[in-house]
Amino acid sequence: MKIALMATCLADAMFPQAAIATVRLLERLGHRVTFPPGQTCCGQMHVNTGYLDEAVPVVQHYVDVFDAADFDVAVAPSGSCVGSVRHQQAMVARRAGDTRLAARATALADRTYELSELLVDVLGVTDVGAYYPHRVTYHPTCHSLRMLRVGDKPLQLLRKVAGIDLVELPNAESCCGFGGTFALKNPEVSTAMMADKISDVLSTRAEICTAGDSSCLMHIGGGLSRLRTGVRTLHLAEILASTIDSGAFDASDMSATGGLGTSVEASPKRSA
Amino acid sequence: MSTFLGVPGARPSAADNPLRGDRPFPVAAREAVGNTQLRRNLGRALSTIRAKRAAVVAEVPDWEALRDTASAVKADVMARLPELLEQLERNVTARGGTVHWADDAEEANRIVAEIVTATGADEVVKVKSMATQEIGLNEYLAERGIAAVETDLAELIVQLGHDKPSHILVPAIHRGRAEIREIFLREMSDAPTDLTDEPRVLAMAARAHLRRKFLSARVAVSGANFAIADTGTLAVVESEGNGRMCLTLPDTLITVMGIEKLLPTFSDLEVFLQILPRSSTGERMNPYTSLWTGVTPGDGPQEFHLVLLDNGRTNALADELGRTALHCIRCSACLNVCPVYERAGGHAYGSVYPGPIGAVLTPQLTGMSGHGDVNSTLPYASTLCGACFDACPVKIDIPTMLVELRGRAVDADRDRTIPGGWAAAMKAASWVMSNEKRFAAAESLSKAGRVVAGKKGRISSLPFPLSGWTTSRDLPAPPTQTFRSWWKENRPDDLGVPLPTSAEDPGDPS
Repeated sequence: MKIALMATCLADAMFPQAAIATVRLLERLGHRVTFPPGQTCCGQMHVNTGYLDEAVPVVQHYVDVFDAADFDVAVAPSGSCVGSVRHQQAMVARRAGDTRLAARATALADRTYELSELLVDVLGVTDVGAYYPHRVTYHPTCHSLRMLRVGDKPLQLLRKVAGIDLVELPNAESCCGFGGTFALKNPEVSTAMMADKISDVLSTRAEICTAGDSSCLMHIGGGLSRLRTGVRTLHLAEILASTIDSGAFDASDMSATGGLGTSVEASPKRSA
Repeated sequence: MSTFLGVPGARPSAADNPLRGDRPFPVAAREAVGNTQLRRNLGRALSTIRAKRAAVVAEVPDWEALRDTASAVKADVMARLPELLEQLERNVTARGGTVHWADDAEEANRIVAEIVTATGADEVVKVKSMATQEIGLNEYLAERGIAAVETDLAELIVQLGHDKPSHILVPAIHRGRAEIREIFLREMSDAPTDLTDEPRVLAMAARAHLRRKFLSARVAVSGANFAIADTGTLAVVESEGNGRMCLTLPDTLITVMGIEKLLPTFSDLEVFLQILPRSSTGERMNPYTSLWTGVTPGDGPQEFHLVLLDNGRTNALADELGRTALHCIRCSACLNVCPVYERAGGHAYGSVYPGPIGAVLTPQLTGMSGHGDVNSTLPYASTLCGACFDACPVKIDIPTMLVELRGRAVDADRDRTIPGGWAAAMKAASWVMSNEKRFAAAESLSKAGRVVAGKKGRISSLPFPLSGWTTSRDLPAPPTQTFRSWWKENRPDDLGVPLPTSAEDPGDPS
């Protein structure tokens, strides 16, 4: 299958390893990945902050880029960015009176998937041949859970990872407190929510907290790092991309970054 | 109908407006987050009520169908509200009641005060009611020498504590029992001197205090959970029975009801009396359901007045998206599952309607005048986590409405000559993010971030407004290579067009 990668602006700029892992995983599964050139952002930050007019050119650009590309389905390593594509882009266009853009956005949204949806629903695979010998807990991000309804698809995938010690996160479905610009506009409440999430993560004795969204992980990981908890965050794609041969995802690579997994590329090794 | 002009009346000052606080949400929330007693009281009470609700909702096999039905009934009500209200008026009048129409809080208060004054009473007993909280009725009556006595236990605690309600259903949820004991000892003249903080002892003290009030009261004021258009019946559901005392003992009953509380037919109660108690208190059925239709000679109040309150509701009704906020049946399920409400508490919202539903209802009732308006901060009091939408028994899409209201808060600010910091940043980001070259150029600025991060590989301090991030969280050092640059290096053949299947990346450093 020809799969277009929507890298997301956050992964592109700050967490490229999540996007690289998505590429490697899908190629390993025998698919062709393409990166529609010129892509930037889906517009979610503008929409969720209330700047809907300012979101229009961003959405327009996104739709132009993906419309011009040749692919069967698109995938993003993010529940909230796919949520934005599916539930916001057409609304932004309609609000601006551009029904043609709205229709194009809807058509694209219909073949855009979050990573776990793509793997389980579209590609029909739960065992992706990954190997990850670490104690891991999974945080279901709000938009993947309640906007996309991915349900336990990420857990189905994680349960099939060889060597993993997967532990259940208490109060898993509670929001971590990120909320995009909420984290800046309401830092006190955001931090109070993060404190409870971190306390639940620590109670699992896991070494890694994983999720399908780099944004929520940046928030949870930022707190884990600040407190020097010795626990870090890692995107779901990175665990699934990890194989017994790759060795690229050894925790020792992360020592320099405390709670924040940033240096996957420190020992790059192609597994394809 | 001449009454649909719902612009709420001007109020003397922000401090005594039940729908507008005096501080922006983030400022009020900062204080609340640091209140350890509040956090513990809320955390305990909300986790208990969440578990109860989850259990009784899970056991209903057709819960989703009930939600769909309730939502459809409410959509129908909003679509033909004027005709249904007139039908209600006809039926209430035919059964001996009197219907009054109030455009705003001031008018509703005046109507109630005139009715009470005409009876010669200087005290009224009250059934717990959000509508009368919303219009500040107690304070209005007090200024005219009429004492309004709250008879719902939690409302009584709030009233005696000279406090404000912080939850729609459990207005004293922010209080612990030791605090309640102190309030009773200080404010309730007939409280026993050996009062302990045992819940049963506190309830019995309140019971004795209220029983004296019930027996002497000649006028009662209530709200309504539902009004049935085709019969003229009013309904109040409650747990304590104090409401029923008020609804049956006094000679005169005055009901103040928001115009959206209507249901078309009596049989619609079948749906709503299933979803309301399960969503609100987590009970299968509430202990007391009182229904009354006009006046019954020789039984109960002999004079019944229904005050239909607009107070901004027709503003919301006029708006296709906004009107769904009027579907709300005040169950509080959205408050109980809201992670923001749980940490900030109800007072931070500055309105008698707190939590997710308050964040969409309050700004619509009052209007928003841009970012200088404290109510413009309410739609931002959410992470958009969506828990409220899932819990809502009438399926109000609160997250979507929050986003729309954020848009309106921003739009109300657009005529400012000097844009605020957020507006400038969002405009700049829009320009950058709508073009690949500009975006890539902006990404290259992240080198500065690596300098700030230094050898630690993490950033622990940034200037305002990013300090909002770094006060509690680190930020990783930006990567040495963005994804798009990695892609160009490692997948040079991909131009967004089909690749030959054998394409491997000669540039891969491994």
